[in-house]
Amino acid sequence: MAIIQFDNVTKRYPGGHEGLSGVSFQIEAGEMIFLTGHSGAGKSTLLKLIGLLERSTRGQVRVAGRNLTQLKRRHIPYHRREVGMIFQDHRLLHDRTVFDNVAMPLVVAGLGHRETGKRVRAALDKVGLLNKERSYPITLSGGEQQRVGIARAVVSKPPIVLADEPTGNLDPELSLEIMRLFELFNGVGVTLLVATHDLELISRMNKRILTLRHGRLLQHPARGGHHHV
Amino acid sequence: MSRAGRHRGGAIRLDTWLLRHLQVALASLGHLTRAPFSTLMTAAVIGIALALPTGLSLLLGNLQQLSGHWDGAASISLFLTEKSTLEKADRLAGRLRARDDIARVRLIDRDQALDEFRTLSGFSGAIDALDNNPLPNLLVVEPTPLHSTPEAASALLDELQALDDVEFAQIDLQWVRRFHGITEIAQRTVLILGGLLGLAVLLVVGNTIRLEIENRRAEIEITKLIGGTNAFIRRPFLYSGLWYGLLGGLIAWLLVSLSLFLLESPVSQLAGLYESQFGLSGMGPGAFLLLLAGSALLGLLGSWIAVGRHLSAIEPT
Ligand SMILES: Nc1ncnc2c1ncn2[C@@H]1O[C@H](COP(=O)(O)OP(=O)(O)OP(=O)(O)O)[C@@H](O)[C@H]1O
Ligand SMILES: [Mg+2]
Repeated sequence: MAIIQFDNVTKRYPGGHEGLSGVSFQIEAGEMIFLTGHSGAGKSTLLKLIGLLERSTRGQVRVAGRNLTQLKRRHIPYHRREVGMIFQDHRLLHDRTVFDNVAMPLVVAGLGHRETGKRVRAALDKVGLLNKERSYPITLSGGEQQRVGIARAVVSKPPIVLADEPTGNLDPELSLEIMRLFELFNGVGVTLLVATHDLELISRMNKRILTLRHGRLLQHPARGGHHHV
Repeated sequence: MSRAGRHRGGAIRLDTWLLRHLQVALASLGHLTRAPFSTLMTAAVIGIALALPTGLSLLLGNLQQLSGHWDGAASISLFLTEKSTLEKADRLAGRLRARDDIARVRLIDRDQALDEFRTLSGFSGAIDALDNNPLPNLLVVEPTPLHSTPEAASALLDELQALDDVEFAQIDLQWVRRFHGITEIAQRTVLILGGLLGLAVLLVVGNTIRLEIENRRAEIEITKLIGGTNAFIRRPFLYSGLWYGLLGGLIAWLLVSLSLFLLESPVSQLAGLYESQFGLSGMGPGAFLLLLAGSALLGLLGSWIAVGRHLSAIEPT
């Protein structure tokens, strides 16, 4: 069953520019997919529609069985709890420790104290930062901050994780490390959608690729590698 | 799964809910104590704004109490008819005392009155020359405070005037009217002042919370990004407003108490000159709680307004 489905979706920004034009595609639950395209092609726009940071102008977006076009404002938070988001600029809070940053989604969801501690440590362990839980983000390297962002996105075990240029500032080695991390999450059933223009990296991963050009989806069943499902 | 907790309702137990509120309340208090100077500044502004109407209404209350000490401010003198004997006067006094709009009735019998007059006036010779006492028996009727307003007192006057034994009833309504007029103006002034300064408190709290929201913009954006509900995001700010209000109320109480303390000795000196036992009465526990509740409510309301206006404008991008 498709966990993400776009039907002829258009996003027109105020001012008239179309970030996306008539985009249709499906993503199956448990898939890991790359989203590429030139700068300004509409990658971020597409991810924002899924996380409801923006709303489509036309067409239908369905995520996890929900029609986002009709979702009421007050239901948005509950939708976002099922979509973990990772950004190039990490979006961490610099006046809070790594632990507190990662714990935020659980606090927001009202999880108990003990359970929160357990899950935060498990997430930090997965991204290899368990020893940094008391540090402040500012004292971490770029790659480490990105991994804190990833831990925060997965700590509440959302079925969908979106990543917008998660390796934008990282060297190839670190980038690959992050991708391996994503594969790990994908291995336990998380659906991942990763926007990047690092074609080099994509080519090493053997995943389905969606390519955008000027807001339109290119029709090609391109794959990074040689395997087929 | 994380969603079932709140959304479907009922899953969260009451004590967990209370605990969480307590946590947020303490956290926002902690937040305020981390910037003690600016917190105190804001609370002091609120305190001063609240101290003014509170202090004035307290003084007014004292003044009204003082008016109670001026016996007979609204007392009615009933001059009885000549036929009305002391015995009848006494019976009438008894009947009047039984009424619930009358606090006290004093009977001044004519012989006693004449004696007093003789000794006090210095006309003893002239009075002795009279072959009978020209003074009537007199009843001094004091209405209860509730019936001391000009309208009630004059209605009572009319009623008493119509009694058989009463020759003539008299009241110094002029004075009563003046006093009531003045206290009414003072009361209304305090009310207007209280309203204006309450509005000022709303604005001060609202503005402070607005700045706080602005300062924590990044935090709000990220919280919305990870699925924080508006209620969740609102909560710490509402508690901040509540704390500001409470703190301001406490400061107002301190200021009022200090002012009363400073006024106490000159007032008792003045009262001494009038041979009065009068002393300023301070704020009772009831008034204190009312002040705190009112200030907390104002703080909460101020932050509620600010939060309503500014929180929804912050959306993650
Ligand atoms: N808030 C906005 N208001 C107006 N136009 C916007 C807005 N956000 C994006 N756009 C426009 O929509 C188009 C798609 O933008 P988008 O950010 O989705 O591109 P992108 O593929 O993520 O680019 P990049 O690789 O540079 O991040 C661009 O032309 C951009 O200028
Ligand atoms: Mg982008």
